Amino acid sequence: MKFRLYAEVARSTFRRVTTYRGATFAGVVTNTVFGFILAYVLLAVFNQRGSVGGFDATDAVTYVFVTQGLLMVVGIFGNFEMAERIRTGDVAVDLCRPYDFQGWWLAVHYGKAPFYFVFRGLPPYLLGALVFHLRLPPDVPTFLAFVVSTALAVGVAGAYGFILQSLAFWLIDIRGPSQLGWITAQFFAGTYVPLVLFPAWLESLARVLPFASMIQFPVEVFLGKHSGANLAGVFALQLFWLVALVAVGRAVLDRATRKLVIQGG
Amino acid sequence: MNSLAVYRRLVGARVRSDLQYRTSFFMFLAGQVLVGGADFLAIVVIFGRVDSLSGWSAFDVAFLYGLSGVGFGLGDLLVSQVETASDHIKAGTFDAFLVRPLGSLWQLAGMEFAPRRLGRAVQPFVVLAIALTRLDIDWTVPHVVLLPVSLLSGFAIYSAIWVLTSSVSFWTVETQELANSFTYGGNTLTSYPVDVFGGVLQRIVIFVVPVAFVAYFPAVELLDKPMPFGLPRFVAWLGPVVAAILVLAARGIWRLALRHYRSTGS
Repeated sequence: MKFRLYAEVARSTFRRVTTYRGATFAGVVTNTVFGFILAYVLLAVFNQRGSVGGFDATDAVTYVFVTQGLLMVVGIFGNFEMAERIRTGDVAVDLCRPYDFQGWWLAVHYGKAPFYFVFRGLPPYLLGALVFHLRLPPDVPTFLAFVVSTALAVGVAGAYGFILQSLAFWLIDIRGPSQLGWITAQFFAGTYVPLVLFPAWLESLARVLPFASMIQFPVEVFLGKHSGANLAGVFALQLFWLVALVAVGRAVLDRATRKLVIQGG
Repeated sequence: MNSLAVYRRLVGARVRSDLQYRTSFFMFLAGQVLVGGADFLAIVVIFGRVDSLSGWSAFDVAFLYGLSGVGFGLGDLLVSQVETASDHIKAGTFDAFLVRPLGSLWQLAGMEFAPRRLGRAVQPFVVLAIALTRLDIDWTVPHVVLLPVSLLSGFAIYSAIWVLTSSVSFWTVETQELANSFTYGGNTLTSYPVDVFGGVLQRIVIFVVPVAFVAYFPAVELLDKPMPFGLPRFVAWLGPVVAAILVLAARGIWRLALRHYRSTGS
C-alpha cells in the first residue's frame, strides 16, 4: 500500500526535525523578534488609518504573529535537500526506487509541518499575546478551517519548492534561482506586509497568484475573514494551485529524467 | 606575505571561482538585490497607505533605510562570512584554520567571500543617494562629516555583531539562526524610526543591541528631529564610540571562543 509508505516517510521526517532543539529555540526567537518589529510598524499605520481592506489594528497584529508562526510550517524559505541529491548524483538511486519521486518529497515536506506547527507556530503567537491584544479564531469550525487551509498551503509551497529544486537537473548551483523564487513567494504571500495594504491593483493580482495560498489565505481564515461560499472559494483556489503546481512539477521531472545522465560508476 | 595580501588572494580566488558558473552567479546577484529590495518595497507599500510614520515622511524613512542598509550591506559583504564558522565546526574543518599562519577571522572572511553580496550593499546605497537629493538637510561642516562617519560606524557595528553572534557557535552550533535576530532584525528595525516601537524595544536598540546608533540618531540630527527620552543631541555623534566598544568586545569574545574550541573529533 503506497499511502503507508508516504505516511512512514512523513513520520520519520517528523522524528528527524524534532532532534534539532537548539535550532528550534533560535528560530522561535528570530520569528518573535521580527513579529514585534512588524507589529509595531503596522500598529503605527493602523493607528492613523483605523481600518484598511477589512483589517483593523488587532487583525493586523494577529496577522503578523500567525504569519511568523507559519513561515516554517509551510517552508517558505525553501531548502536544498532534494537539490543536493540531484547535484551529488544520489538522485539516480532515488529514481530507481519503487515509489513516486515527487510523492516522496511531498511526504517529507508534510512530515515537518506538524512539528513546526506546534513548536514554531505556537510560541511566537503566545509571546506576541503577552504584549499585544491578539485575536483567536471566532469559533472551533473556523480553527478547523484554518488547519485545512494551512494543510493546503503546505502542499502548495511544497509543490512550488519541488519545481525550484528540480532546476538542479539543469543548473549546477540553484541557490540564485531558489532565492529569486522564494523572495518573490514571500513578498506576494504577504510575509513582509499583508496583501490588504498593497495598492488595489497589486492586491488583486497577488490574490490570484499561487503565493497568496501559502500564507495570506490561511491567516485570513484564522481571522475569520472567510465563511460559507467565500471560504469554499478560498479552499478551491488553494486546491487549484496545489494540483496545478504538482502537475507542473511532474512535467518538469519528466523532462529532467529523459535527459538525465548520471556520472560515476 | 602580510595578512592583507593573503586576504586579497583568497578573495580573488573566490571571485574567479564564483564567476565559473555565470548564470548561477548573476541570478544569485539579482536575488541579493531583491532581498534588500523587498524590505524597501514593504516601506513603499506602507507609505502608499500613510503619509508619515511617527512624524517621519517617506523620504525620511528612505534615508534611514539607506543609512542602515549601506552599513549592513558592507558588513554582509566583508564580514558576515564568519557565520560559516559553525558549519566548519560541525564538519570538523575548523581545525585547519588554526594551523595556518593567518588569523581565523581573516581566513573566514577571505575564503568564504561571496561577491554576490555586492547586490545587497548597492541597492540601499542607491536609495540613500535618491533620498539625499530629495531631503532638505542643512549641510553644515559637522553634518557633512557626520554622514560618512555614520556609514562607517554602521559597518563596524554590524560587523561586530556578526562576529559576536558567530562566537556563540563555539559553544552551541545549532543556534546560528539566533544571529539573524540581531543582524537582519537590527537592520529591519533601524529602517524605521525608533519612535514607532514600544518602550522596551526602543530601550533595547539604544542600550542593549545599539543599532539605533547606526542610522536613527544620526538621522535625527541630520533631519532635525527631536531626540527621544530627552537625550542630548550629541548622541548622534556616538556611533564611532559605540562601534569601537563593540569591535573590542567582539575581538575579545572571538579570542575567548577560540581558546574554548575543542575539535569535534570523529
